[in-house]
Formats: sequence, structure tokens, C-alpha cells
Amino acid sequence: MSSPGFHEDDPVDKSYDHALLWRLLRYLRPYKVPVAVSFLLIVVMAGLDLVGPWLTKVAIDRYIRQGNAAGLDGMALVYLATLLAAFGVRFGQIYILQMTGQRVMLDLRREIYSHLQRLHVAFFDLNPVGRLMTRVTTDVDAVNELFTSGVVTVFGDLFTLFGIMGVMMAMNWKLALVTFSVIPLFFAVTNWFRRGSRATFREVRRWVARINAFLQENITGMAVVQLFRREPRNREAFAAVNRSHTEANLAQIFYYAVFYPAIEILAALATALIILYGGMRVLAGTLTLGALVAFIQYSERFWRPISDLSEKFNILQQAMASSERIFTLLDTAPKVVAPAAPVRLERVRGRVGFEKVSFGYAPGVPVLHDIDFTVEPGHRVALVGATGAGKTSIISLLERFYDVQAGRVTLDGVDVRQLDPAQLRSSLALVLQDVHLFSGTIASNIRLGSDIPDERVRAAARAVHAHRFIEALPKAYETEVRERGATLSVGQKQLLSFARALAHDPRVLILDEATSSVDTETEALIQDALEVLLQGRTAIVIAHRLSTIQHVDQILVMHKGRVRERGTHQELLAQRGLYWRLYQLQYKDQETGALGEAEAPARA
Amino acid sequence: MKRARHLRRLLPYLGRHRKDLVVGIVALLVRTMLSVASPWVLRHAIDDLTLGLTRGKLWLYAGLVLGIVALEAVFLYWMRRVLIGMSRELEFELRNDLYHHLTRLPTRYFQSHRTGDLMSRATNDLSAVRMVLGPGIMYTASTLTTAVATVVLMIRISPRLLVLSLLPLLLVSVLVRYFGRRIHDRFEAVQAQLAEISAIVQENLSGARVVRAYAQEPPELARFHTANQEYLQRNRQLIRMSGVLYPGIQLLMGSGAVLLLWLGGRMVVSGAITIGEFVAFGAYLAMLHWPMIALGWVVNIFERGDASMGRIAEILEAPPEIEDRGPAAVASLRGQVEFRHLTFAYDDGRPVLHDIDLEVRAGSTVAVVGPTGSGKSTLVSLIPRLFEAPAGTVLVDGHDVRELPLSTLRGAVGFVPQETFLFSETVGENVAFGLPAEGERDARVQWAAGVAQLAKDVADFPKGFDTFVGERGITLSGGQKQRTALARALATDPRILVLDDALASVDTQTEEDILRALRGVMATRTTFLVSHRVSTVREADLIVVLDHGRIVERGTHDELIAKGGFYADLHRRQLLEEEMEKTA
Repeated sequence: MSSPGFHEDDPVDKSYDHALLWRLLRYLRPYKVPVAVSFLLIVVMAGLDLVGPWLTKVAIDRYIRQGNAAGLDGMALVYLATLLAAFGVRFGQIYILQMTGQRVMLDLRREIYSHLQRLHVAFFDLNPVGRLMTRVTTDVDAVNELFTSGVVTVFGDLFTLFGIMGVMMAMNWKLALVTFSVIPLFFAVTNWFRRGSRATFREVRRWVARINAFLQENITGMAVVQLFRREPRNREAFAAVNRSHTEANLAQIFYYAVFYPAIEILAALATALIILYGGMRVLAGTLTLGALVAFIQYSERFWRPISDLSEKFNILQQAMASSERIFTLLDTAPKVVAPAAPVRLERVRGRVGFEKVSFGYAPGVPVLHDIDFTVEPGHRVALVGATGAGKTSIISLLERFYDVQAGRVTLDGVDVRQLDPAQLRSSLALVLQDVHLFSGTIASNIRLGSDIPDERVRAAARAVHAHRFIEALPKAYETEVRERGATLSVGQKQLLSFARALAHDPRVLILDEATSSVDTETEALIQDALEVLLQGRTAIVIAHRLSTIQHVDQILVMHKGRVRERGTHQELLAQRGLYWRLYQLQYKDQETGALGEAEAPARA
Repeated sequence: MKRARHLRRLLPYLGRHRKDLVVGIVALLVRTMLSVASPWVLRHAIDDLTLGLTRGKLWLYAGLVLGIVALEAVFLYWMRRVLIGMSRELEFELRNDLYHHLTRLPTRYFQSHRTGDLMSRATNDLSAVRMVLGPGIMYTASTLTTAVATVVLMIRISPRLLVLSLLPLLLVSVLVRYFGRRIHDRFEAVQAQLAEISAIVQENLSGARVVRAYAQEPPELARFHTANQEYLQRNRQLIRMSGVLYPGIQLLMGSGAVLLLWLGGRMVVSGAITIGEFVAFGAYLAMLHWPMIALGWVVNIFERGDASMGRIAEILEAPPEIEDRGPAAVASLRGQVEFRHLTFAYDDGRPVLHDIDLEVRAGSTVAVVGPTGSGKSTLVSLIPRLFEAPAGTVLVDGHDVRELPLSTLRGAVGFVPQETFLFSETVGENVAFGLPAEGERDARVQWAAGVAQLAKDVADFPKGFDTFVGERGITLSGGQKQRTALARALATDPRILVLDDALASVDTQTEEDILRALRGVMATRTTFLVSHRVSTVREADLIVVLDHGRIVERGTHDELIAKGGFYADLHRRQLLEEEMEKTA
């Protein structure tokens, strides 16, 4: 039903918005000089393009008709020189403008990206990654399109058009006015085409989207189609959608099939007018033959800038829509921000406190109620409870991914909201169930962006038993991690994330133990590595392993957002309460072995 | 250009539309003939002007220019409508054939091919092929005819002038080909870097928690910046190349005009050609500009189209595998199911089911339980031949399922898959999915929705059964989706009902209601219940426990509880869970 991977925003055309355009143009400010040069070059280029027909006129009138062949050499040289100049100017203009566009895109991308780095985690819960990526890629491209083929070239087109008109007026203003009578018709035909083809284009896009949706749905659900013997009817349904798509395209062909011939007829009309009226002038001796030929050549150049001009409007609309989406993102204020004057902890000891904390992701839906506990430096706490009990929320609050709604979370007695998030987070190390690997080498995944020397990377890997499998990889620590760790096993990724945490040597370790099953050998390695990792640190662990819960200083039993029981493993077992039941459910098997081979359990 | 190996497959399609093709090409020829006539008129007009002529003749020339182009326009219009229209019709047929073939392919195929990849072949690749059939054919034909016609007329004016002025134009084609390739390569490099940037963003955003937890924002920014710098550099390479192409084309074409002015002008002076011929020659030269550019472009269209057709052919050539192969004439089934020494492996060759022996009487209810990955879903999916079991291992009413007509077999099985898949149509259409298009639909839909406990929910929907599901309508909860899928299976009145863990998202109370309502339905049908919940399966006539693809326990609820194995343990855990849930 839904289509993951197809995060397309609605292709809504945004109409012209003054404020938006100004805000966009601000991005050109650092590039005033190249933009100005580009403008200048485009004007020069339009001028040079006018030279050809004019030279033809001069050549015919002054040399060819006068029988002066030698004079043609100079003409040809001048012509060649303007062509070469036009080549240089054209290349320079394209290069400068395109590169400026690239630089603007780079600025814009950096701004968006660094803004994304400052945004609170909750923002990413609400906005799918695919959509945000569109901001950084497609939307930025649309804005670039506006700068490179929009704003500047519009002036080029206008200049060409007015240039042609100016030269014609200078040669013979009466004939010029007669020829200009065709221009409104060019505009009218182009306008008709633009309106008509845009409507059909929209229709085509609509049916393309329908075909995509149909295919996406049917390919994903083909088993259901086949199980319910729907093949014949779905073929019919697909043919119907496909037919509509074809019809929409055929309707579009009509506009193209009319537009090009119509333009040719108009050009022929201009030529006919020039032959008729200009011919009479030639016969009357008030117009030279060369001018007549030049007029015909100029008149054939009218329609290109006219039809280009009308296309620019579409580019403008798309850039408007894209920039509005970009600015909306940039205007989203980060909700979790560093305090203006953060408290600096000289030496973090690692005392963690939750004081009457209440929290919820959405207003009115509390997830944590009145959570109150303290972990002394170097102590270990295990959070246990069923899925949805609020364990993950606790570690998210300590990392300050979210802010509490009531009470406070403290590190060494200081409210985490008063600390610089960078200092807070570098005192903590988070190890999640689903290990997130970055593209890069094994070493860079342990080190991340921090300045950790190779020896320490290796020492950390050795301590958590990751060294052996890393050394066995083709290029050891320099092996590239491909496609988010596809080449590593689940257990290896676990060990790698342990090495990462250890290399960063945090005071407080926050660990969400993996539930996924690994082979017994790896399991033993993980257990052992865990012990190394926890050594001498404050630890908060969402525990799924029997060995972990048995060896912590305190277990907090979470149930429906509250701490329901607390104490050591033995104390809690003795209570025969929630913990005892959880233990039966989640941990007992680890004593008795794998499923299916379990011996008969005691009846409840 | 490589031999158009794959494009050959299109010949039968073109053959069917040969009338359009012929008409279109004829229109194209006529149009070309007319288009080269205009400069010829201009030539006479200008020559006459130098001699002095009557006003009446001026009217004639002006009228001729306009008349010829008007006629040409008609053929131009016709050519485009017929040729491009034909390519759209071919695209339509090809896409239908492609979909048709997809509906015949087995589930296995869809598991080993990504949806996005198949989609891209049915859309992007098909577009590339369409480009060959439309613009590819049209521009090839018009380029060739225009080139021939203008060259013939230019030779009539002056062969020497033709040879000289054509030289730079031939270079245009070379330039387009040469730069086209390099621009393509550099463009690919730019795209690759853009993909790299996307990957960084994707990685960073999906790992937002890790990035923050390890205070990695500054290094991440640096990494992003480096990638962007590289992108800028690659773009610079591309722009340097593409920035030369277009101005280069302009330069070469201009050079032709310079040569004409220089040499042609001299020829006029020497009296070898007339001034009218000089002007007409210039017009013909201009007419050749576009074909020269198009030549390089058309070659690209054909190359790309051939590669795309190859990718499409890969789908069209994939064997359907699961099809009727001279089936026995069986029109209806009772629903007796038997697995006989069934050992089954997917493509990787690792057996998922080992030596399964199980006989299920018509009308009885069998429950299949076991840990995740034990082979439960695989077992039941072999009944309607979603996958192909070895011959003689899966039997319905004593017939090997391979020998039953596929339509009879699947028509007799009502399957509720583990992962609910609904179509973005109305709720009613989804429930009636397996019913014939005509006939008694409403009553069946109502009944099925009632049994599946869906009717009450539907009553609350804005438009009842006519409410759209999915993005165009309401978002159903997981439980509602499963109940819709259940109703869909029930509506076809199947002899064999398969619920593959189909009530997992339904809350316990609703599940009880569904099971109560289903009891009557199940009494007369063979039912397979795959489940994790003891509450779902306890009433079954037979409970089978699978582990690692083998049947490890079998019996009734009471028998298995007494046995104290996996099933008994499952039962104990679920009692505990229920107790926990009740704790406020």
C-alpha cells in the first residue's frame, strides 16, 4: 500500500513569491563578481551572434555585387574572428556561470546539512530520511537550475531579441516594422503551446505515477494476486491504466505536432513579407539586396529566444517550490540546544541521577512517570521490563536526545540541560542493539571522527576480542566496511561497537544489549568483552543476558513507564513479583539451553 | 555501434504496426522534399530581383514560399503524429506484455529481484526503448533524407563549394561523438559522487543517535564537506568538457558559413554561380546543422535503447516455472491434504523442511507451531504452490499438487499470509479480491467481514466498504489489516483455509471473537493454523510442533501439555505473559 523508497513530494507548482526569491538571491551575494562577469559575457555573446547576417549584407552589397572579390578576404577574416571570439566568450560564460551555480549549491547543501546536525533527535522520528535527503539533493538542484538556466539566461534571451530588433531597425525601419508584425504571432503560438502542453504534461505525469504505484503494489503483492487468481483481471486493470497513460501521451504529441509546423509557417510568413515588401523596396532602390538577405536571416532567429523565455517560468516555479521546502527545514528550530553559559565539569566522575522524571514523545501520551534513581560512580544498573516499558526512553533522556517534561536528569549532580551537549555526550558511550556502521574502514568505525591513535584503536579491539576477526579480514583494520556492514556478522558488529565504546573511554557506559542470537563461541566472546567494557565505569544496561543481570549492583524493573521493583537479582527473585515472572520468561532459557531441547520446566 | 542484438526483439512489434511506419516515413519523405524546395524559390526570387521584375512576380514568390511551407507543415504534423504516436502504441503493448509476464513469474523470482529494480526496467528502460521506436526512427530517417536532398541540390549549385563548406559540418558529427562519450563518462563520475553524497547523508541521518552520542557532528560535517568538494571538482571536469561542446558546434557551423561567404562570394563575382544560388546555398547549409548534431545523438539513443531492451528481455525470458503442465481434469476439491516425505530447500540448497509426513483429513483443523524460522510458513505455502515442492511430496485429494490445474488448486485454498498485503482500493474491493467481477458479491463480502470481525470497524469508516485503504484513504491498524485479509480469504468460500500467523496483530479479545465465529466455518473446511499463540491453536484437531524443519511433537492440546515439551513450555510462558499484562 505504502511505497517505501518512493519519497516523492507532490509536484505542486509554487507560484511566484517575492520574499522567497529575495531570500534565494542572497545566496548569490558571495559571488557578485562572477555573476556580474557572466552577465557581461552573455551580453557580448548576444552581440557577437548578430554579426553573421550583418556581414553577409555588407559582403553582398559592397563586394559581391560590386565585383570586388579581394574585399571578401577581409570580410571572411572578420567573420572568423567574431566566431572565435564567440566561442571563447560562450565557453567562459558557461564555465563561470555553471561553476558559480555549483558553489551556491555547495553552500546551500552545507547549510542544510549542518542544520540537520543541530536538530533534535525527535525531528528524525517524524521526518523520514528519504524526504530529508530530497532536500539535500533534488531540491538543491532545482534551485541551481534557477540560477544557471533561469535568471541569467533570461537576460541573454531578451538581449538577443532586442538586439535583432535594433539591428533591423537600423538597417531599414519600415521593413523592420513589417517584419515585427509576426512577433506577436510567435508569442501567441508559443503561449498556446506552453499552456496546452503543460496541462497534458501534468496529465502524463499523473498517469506515470499511477503506473508506478500499480507496478509497485503488484510486484510487491504478486503472491496475493496469484493466490486469488487475479492475474487476468489485474492484467486488464493494468492495461486500462497503461492505456490512459498512452492516451495522455498522444494528447501531448498533438501539441508538439502542431507547434513545430506552426513555427515554420510563421517563419515562412516573415520571409514572404520580406520578399514582398522588401523586394518592392529593392526594386524602388531604397533597400539593398544584401539587407534583404540579412533580414531573412535575422527573422529566422526570432522564435528561439521567445520560446526559451516562456520555458523559464516553469523553472522558476519549480525552484520556488523547492526553496520553500528547503527554507521550511532551515527555519525549524532545534529543540534540544546547548545552554548559553554551560556548566563545565572539570573531571566527570560518572554519577547519574534521575529525579522525579516524567516524559512522553507526544503531548498527552506519557511514557515515563516519576522515574527516580541514582547510580553512583562505578556502579552498574540494569533496566529490565517488557517491550514498551520505557527502558529505551531512559537512556535517550540521559543522552539528552529528548528533554524531560518534569523533574531532571543529572550527571555528577548537574542538570544535563545545563551542560554543553558535546561534553555530556563525550562522557557517555552509547552502544545500541542495532550497530550503526559508517562507510569507511574498520579502524575509522572504531575511531569515528575522534583523534584516537592507532595503538589505542588496536588495544580497544584486542580488549574486546575483536582483534582476532579483524586481523583475519583481507586488509585487517584498513578493510572497507561495505553497505552498512553487510560483510560482517551480527556478533562481529557487536564486538566492533564494543571496541568503539572502549576506545572512546567514557565515564558512563550506556548499553542496550543485543537480543539477536549468535553462536555459542561468539556469545562467550561477547560476555567476556562486556566484562572488560564495564570495568571501572558507571554502567546503565538494558539487560537481556542472564550473566549481566546477575552481576549488577541494582536492577530496576520497569513496567508501563514506572519503576515497579528495585534491588539485586537475589532480592528480586525472592519477592516473587514482576521480576520473577520476567526472569522466567526472558532469562531462564539461557540456563537451560536452546528452545526445543529444554528440559521440562517447573509449572507455574 | 555494437550490433543491435536486443533491439531485434522489437521487430515483431514493428511488423504489427508496419502500416503506420510506412505512412509515417512517406509523410517524412514528402516533408523533406517540400522543405528543400523553399530555398530554391528564394534563389529564383533573389536572382530575379537583381534583374528587376514585376510586382506580380514578387507576389508569386511570396505566395510560393508561404504555400510550400504550409503544405510542408501539414506533412510535418502528420509525420510526428503517426511516427511518435506509433512509438507510444508500441510502448503500450510492450508494457502490457511485460506486466503479463510478471504475473506468470513465481514468488521465488520476486524474492530474488528487488522491486525497485523491476520497476526501473518497466519504466526507465522502457522509456529508453520507446526513444528508439519514436525519435530514434524519426530522426534517423529525417536526418538521412534531409542530408541526401540538400546535398543533391547543393551539388547542382556547385560541387566544389559543397565539398569545402561541408568539411566543418562533418567535424560537428565527430565532435558530438567524441565529446558525447567523454561527457557521458564525466557525467557518470559526477553522478557517482552524488550517490556518495547521498549515501553519507543517508548514513548520517539514519544514525542520528550515534552521531550525537559520540559527538560526531564536526567530523561528520568535515566528511560531508570533503565529499562535496570532490563533487565540485568532478563537476568542474564535466563543465570543462560540456562547456566546449556547444560553443564548438556553433564555431564549426559558423566556419561553414565563413567558407561560403569567402569562396562562394568569389564564385559569384567570377560568375560561376548566381547571387540567388549563393543565398540558397547558405540556407541549405543551415538546414544541415540539425542533422549533423542529431547524428551523434541518434547513435546514443540506439545504444542506450539496446542496453535497456536487454534488461527488459531478462524479465521476458525468465521462466514462469510454476504453471499448468497437462493437468488432470479436476474441477473441484474436497480438501484432504497430505505431505509425503517432504524435504524442501530454497535456492541456497539448505533444507528448510526435513522429511515431513503429515496427513490431514478433509474438514479437520491442524495447527502448526514452533520457533521463528522452523519452517512453518514454508510448509503451508507449498499447498497452493507458491513454491514448488518435489514431485509427489505434497498432495491434495490424493493428487500431486503439480498435476492439479493451478486455477482449481488456488481457487480451493483461502490463504491469509503472514505479512498482510492489501491493495490501495476500497475495503470492499479488497475483501472481494478473489471473487469474480460479476455475480453475488455484496452478500459474500458482508458475510466474510462479519466472520472476520471486520464489519463493526467498517461501519465506523467514513464511507463503509467504499472507503479507500492506504494513502488515498484511511490508514488501517495492523489488526484491521489482518482481519481484512482474513475476510478476503473467507469470501472465496475455500475448501482449504490457511491462516499463516494471521491473527498476530489482533488483540486477544478480538481473536477470541474471530475464532468463535470461525468455528462454524472451520467445521466444514480443512484449516491450517500457523501461530505463536496457544490460545489460537488449543482447539485444533491436531497440533504439530516444527523445529529446524522437522516435526518434533504432534498431538492434541492435552496430549502435548502432558508431554511437557516445547508446546507445554510455550503454554506456560503465555500464561505468565497474560498475568504480567494484567498487572496495572
